[in-house]
Amino acid sequence: MTILLYLVPLALLLGLLGLGAFLWALRAGQYDDVEGAALRVLSDDDIDGAGRPEQN
Amino acid sequence: MSCGCELSAWPPVNRVADGDVVEIDLAIEGIDCAACIPAVERALSAVQGVLNARLNFTRRRARVAFDPKAANPELLVEALKAAGYRAKRFAVGDAEAAQEAQARYLLRCLAVAGFGAMNIMLLSVSVWAGAGQGGADETRDFFHWLSALIAIPVCAYAGRPFFDSALRALFAGRTNMDVPISIGVVLALAMSLVETARHAEHAYFDGATMLMFFLLCGRYLDQAMRRKTRAIVGNLAALKAQDARRLDEDGGVVTVPASQVGPGDRVLVRPGERAPVDGVVLAGASLIDESMLTGETAPRRVGPGDTVYAGTLGLDGELTLKCVAGSGDTLADEIDRLVERACDMKTPRALLADRVARYYAPVVHTAAALTFCSWMIAGASAHDALVAAIAVLIITCPCALGLAAPVVQVVAAGALFRSGVLLSNADALERLAEVDMVVFDKTGTLTLPEPRVANAAEIPAALLENAARLALSSRHPLAMAVAREALAREPFSNVREVAGEGVEAELDGRPLRLGRAAFCGMRESPLEFDLNGLSTIYTSYDGQSARVLVRQSLRVDAAAVVTGLNKMGLKASILSGDREAAVEQVARELGIVDWRGGLRPDDKIRALEEYAAKGARTLMIGDGLNDAPALAAAHASLSPACATDLAQARADAVFLGERLAPVGRAVEIAALARRLTRQNLALAIGYNAIAVPLAMTGHATPLLAAAAMSFSSILVCLNALRARGGRTNAVWKGGFMNMGIGGARQAEAAP
Repeated sequence: MTILLYLVPLALLLGLLGLGAFLWALRAGQYDDVEGAALRVLSDDDIDGAGRPEQN
Repeated sequence: MSCGCELSAWPPVNRVADGDVVEIDLAIEGIDCAACIPAVERALSAVQGVLNARLNFTRRRARVAFDPKAANPELLVEALKAAGYRAKRFAVGDAEAAQEAQARYLLRCLAVAGFGAMNIMLLSVSVWAGAGQGGADETRDFFHWLSALIAIPVCAYAGRPFFDSALRALFAGRTNMDVPISIGVVLALAMSLVETARHAEHAYFDGATMLMFFLLCGRYLDQAMRRKTRAIVGNLAALKAQDARRLDEDGGVVTVPASQVGPGDRVLVRPGERAPVDGVVLAGASLIDESMLTGETAPRRVGPGDTVYAGTLGLDGELTLKCVAGSGDTLADEIDRLVERACDMKTPRALLADRVARYYAPVVHTAAALTFCSWMIAGASAHDALVAAIAVLIITCPCALGLAAPVVQVVAAGALFRSGVLLSNADALERLAEVDMVVFDKTGTLTLPEPRVANAAEIPAALLENAARLALSSRHPLAMAVAREALAREPFSNVREVAGEGVEAELDGRPLRLGRAAFCGMRESPLEFDLNGLSTIYTSYDGQSARVLVRQSLRVDAAAVVTGLNKMGLKASILSGDREAAVEQVARELGIVDWRGGLRPDDKIRALEEYAAKGARTLMIGDGLNDAPALAAAHASLSPACATDLAQARADAVFLGERLAPVGRAVEIAALARRLTRQNLALAIGYNAIAVPLAMTGHATPLLAAAAMSFSSILVCLNALRARGGRTNAVWKGGFMNMGIGGARQAEAAP
């Protein structure tokens, strides 16, 4: 059962990593506009390669 | 995290960052699909000096970072206008910013609670599955200690929203749902800790964290829905905020926000504009429309020396006003006082769920005390008696009860949002469900806010179309009403405005005219201003001529909605500030027997008090400044989105669009939501009725508690989903999306 001494902390660490990632995403504003994020995927602006959208 | 600031896509508002970058928010109207996102951002990015523009689709706002030396907010608004979007600079209010912070806080708590609940459940399931059985007690104890290590910090962090609210309630001498929640969680943790130290079999760490998680879900959803409607309502207010044309010393005209006009300033009001402040006419003469203030639709003629109130519409002449000091005697001040008085008279009410909590907490705590006493009397040890008593508190922790009301609220608010109704008050839904009488204002509520052509059918179609296209070039209110008839929405190119007479254009070598009777070669008809602001404008072309009648017209579906409300058992009545004859005509058209006209704002309050004294619960629907006190005084209130700021702020909910149907839908969904909330409360209490005897007799285990808690929570959520409203009256069928501007235009074109 000594394996538990490694596995349980490892599992907890992974969980904390996920929690940290979520809190970071929250702080970075990724949850400010969830509706918009769902629609942005439909936009073709990024296809032209350049970072900024083309002006037409 | 040091990189948090640079990576953040949305730094704080209006911050002047290094290198002279200014950020502003713009509220934008007309965003309704995915294609709008790149369109808006492209339009803004194309402006010289703009560094970054990002649209928040949820809130219909764009945040723009620009170099103040190269660009300014007016240029940004112009750029959006060219792209087809109306925009206005927007400053996030304190209330909204606080709500935003609260939402992020709840989401952080939710994430922490979720993390804790998942990991502890992992350990608990192992214990339930048999880890530590067969003499290996150390493994079980190890898992329990590990659970404690996670659960205590997690509950201390994620439980703060509940603990804070419970403490506030207790200090105020009240009790709410958070009191039994907090007591349950704290006792569960304390008992589990003691039991773990005693190498006991049962610990409730998983139950406590899971409870936190479920309850935070409910609370966050509740907040999110309210935040969204508040953002949209805020946008509406910002887009409507008025500008004033202020005259400088040297005679130049500057456009400033109306709030920046002080006493003594001179402002210009052109035909078709609303007066931004209360003032005295210095020069000019005009007919003015005061229906926004009084409900009276017949225009009044004013000249030098007359007083004009903010919100009145100039009709045919240019006015120069001198702003008068707000000495507390202005009309707006008087109305403000009435609103305050009406609000004071209303007793604050507790939400249904809190009312249940008031009885729930004492009953549960008595049950726990009884359990303890019974076990002691039966001869058990103090420890065993205490464990049984605490098990009662844990198992009755109002998990489903805490979710029962908020989830229904969220689902119902979402359904209302899709029908074009935005709730602005938490308890609005409950009060809407209780109404048994609907009181309408007439002007702007039963009728459309803008006048329409009344006799379109009598005018030759080609002539009307030409006149309407010609009218597109004029700002005169009568012409603007005619312009709404235009099917082709392109103005003629060679339009000439004849001051005080009308507009004229050359069409195939012959003059097309719209304006006064003499201008169009016709005889003035005696009918100038009649019922419902009926007024006339004339048109002539190629030997043909016609008299066009313009009046306030009823909303397309007003009659159907009144009939629908009657069928639901709601009485309808009209309280209006307009003349009796005008009100009577509308009442007759809609089949409303109970109507009153010529009422001042305080008369309306008195009428509502009369209804209340007879036992009626009134739903007031009104739009004008004169309705604001009545909206505050009524049991529940609704206001169209085109209403004045004050009216909107006082209403429980705002409805969008040109139809009245959302009113019926709101009442219907509110009634459905009330039914479902009650069902949910009954379900939650029923669950307790089964679980409590088990806990009292000492048969509750952590596994049973966890299973019962999640099962009842899911059941309550599933039931709440029905608030989306499957069955509905045919009158208000169809969402707001398919009866927006497009639908309204079709309806206009039909007759």
